[in-house]
Amino acid sequence: MSAEALLTWARGPAFDWALGIFVLGMLLRLFEVLSLGRSPDLAEGRGSGVQGGIRTILTRSLPRASVFAREPVRIINGYVFHIGFLLVLLFYGPHIELFQSKLGLGWPALPSGVIDGLGVITLLSLLLALVLRLTSPVLRYISTVSDYVAWAVTALPILTGYLAYNHLLLPYTNLLALHLLSIELLLLVAPFTKLTHMFSFVLSRWYQGYQAGHRGIES
Amino acid sequence: MSAPSVEKGIQFIREQIDAPVASFFSSCVHCGMCAEACLFYGQTGDPRYTPINKVEPMRRIWEREFTLWGRIKGLFGLSRKVTEKDFAEWETLVYDACSLCGRCSLVCPVGNDISGMIRKIREGFSAAGYAPEGLIGATTRAIEIGSPMGVKLPAVQAQIGHLKQDTGLEAPLDQAGAEYMVLLSSMEIMNFPEYMEAVARIMKQAGKTWTISSKAFEATNSGIQIGASDLARELVQRVVDAAEELGVKTVISPECGHAYTAIRWEGPNLIGRAYKFKVQHILEVLDEFRGQGLLKFEGKETAKMTFHDPCQLVRKGGVIKQPRTLLNLVADNFVEMTDHASMNWCCSGGGGVSANERADELKFKAFRQKKSQLDELQVDTLVTACANCRITLEEGLEEYEMDIPVVGLTEMLAEHLVEDKQEEQA
Repeated sequence: MSAEALLTWARGPAFDWALGIFVLGMLLRLFEVLSLGRSPDLAEGRGSGVQGGIRTILTRSLPRASVFAREPVRIINGYVFHIGFLLVLLFYGPHIELFQSKLGLGWPALPSGVIDGLGVITLLSLLLALVLRLTSPVLRYISTVSDYVAWAVTALPILTGYLAYNHLLLPYTNLLALHLLSIELLLLVAPFTKLTHMFSFVLSRWYQGYQAGHRGIES
Repeated sequence: MSAPSVEKGIQFIREQIDAPVASFFSSCVHCGMCAEACLFYGQTGDPRYTPINKVEPMRRIWEREFTLWGRIKGLFGLSRKVTEKDFAEWETLVYDACSLCGRCSLVCPVGNDISGMIRKIREGFSAAGYAPEGLIGATTRAIEIGSPMGVKLPAVQAQIGHLKQDTGLEAPLDQAGAEYMVLLSSMEIMNFPEYMEAVARIMKQAGKTWTISSKAFEATNSGIQIGASDLARELVQRVVDAAEELGVKTVISPECGHAYTAIRWEGPNLIGRAYKFKVQHILEVLDEFRGQGLLKFEGKETAKMTFHDPCQLVRKGGVIKQPRTLLNLVADNFVEMTDHASMNWCCSGGGGVSANERADELKFKAFRQKKSQLDELQVDTLVTACANCRITLEEGLEEYEMDIPVVGLTEMLAEHLVEDKQEEQA
């Protein structure tokens, strides 16, 4: 198969299949959670569960001061990665073109030089995350194979994207095909690893926040 | 109750898995932040004490049985069943190394209520027969005798008698139609009689009617700490029956953190209905009386003092402002610890740890967290509002040869209470 043919396949049917499995997989995961249901809290409340749920969904994005003081590097690195990843994903011109073709919806892009820099920063933060995972006794102890798989499938699209943009190592067509294939791998793997947190964090924050809101306690 | 077994343990854990639990496991990214919030990890550096690791058996049951992916992995032998060995290995993580303080739940970036899950997984461990002797004993005594420390009604009656003899104050027993029903913790009956006297003084001054039930005077609930909902339900039911029989408007949970969580939040969910009465912690009641102008205080403590927040009151109970308002009424030099209110550190003896002698060594290690907070402040007096915190703090301070008296806030308030003269009342 020529590089062009591979790219055409990766762009076309492979992408649609991967996306379809991603969407169905995530929906299944959310269904697996929601279908279990929960009992209502019969204790007399002091406040609104809904307000508490929404509040916690928002406020948990910020760390508690006393924990931040203990692990500033790990926490800041978490922000750098998430913000960097989202900016590159959502504000790189060619990405927006793809979203436009799939969703019919577009928005202004960031200059590609900025995206290039963000890509490097995001990649470095992932590298630091791996170093921290391998060197912290707690992180090493609680990490599973799945954690490293999730790390790898997240890193590959950024790496291949960076290489393709800068025309490094391989011909552009090959790199672009690899970039697309790595994204497809990420889409296929995500619903079956901790990467489900990209959606389920809303639920977990909601549930704790809802109970806290109902009971009038902090969360 | 049928004999404990691993199958039963797994079944009980399975029954605890609901949508919130499934969402928590789905969201966990193994970031390890919960370890940073945990005093047992913090003071030992042992990564096994990472809070989320304490519920690993529950996660495995969830993955194998509640997710398609886990079932597929199971078919190919890629996931391990939870076995007797796991129960044996995790027992100390679940009971000895967790005081259910809830700090981990507050710092988890994806919002996982980890301590809530540890409370849940204990249901499986007690059903499997993997629970500490100390807690089994306390729970058995609570069910059979009516108190985890084996305190019987005559001990309460004797205290009521002494109160009358020494101070002339009344502590009415089984008075139907009283507004408040006061619960006590065994610790208060055995070690801190000052509490009952303080309540009697304050109620008299506030002009409120109150009573103690001979059928349900005990506030603590060992069934919740060990994780046996059927027993916990029976203990709650006793209080509910007594309160509804006497027709009281409000049941007052004493200076005890877990008792409050048990009767205030878990109780209605255990018995499957809302109460016909209100439940308040004694500090909520006192602050309400203050707000209504029913209580006046005179004289202020000049000693430098700080307040140890009982975890169950601040994090699980939302009683944060009241102790501070009240303490400032009678203390001139009240200072806060670095981590206080909703981010306080546990005394190290909550969640059944203090009833579990096996955990003593670990408990004293964990106490070093509180020690460092106190070393930093150099206070003359430590005030708290939980008899279990109080005894744990006293033991810890003794272990580390620190000479700081620990007092209950209610009794300190009673000492400064402005009391009307007898003749003026009539």
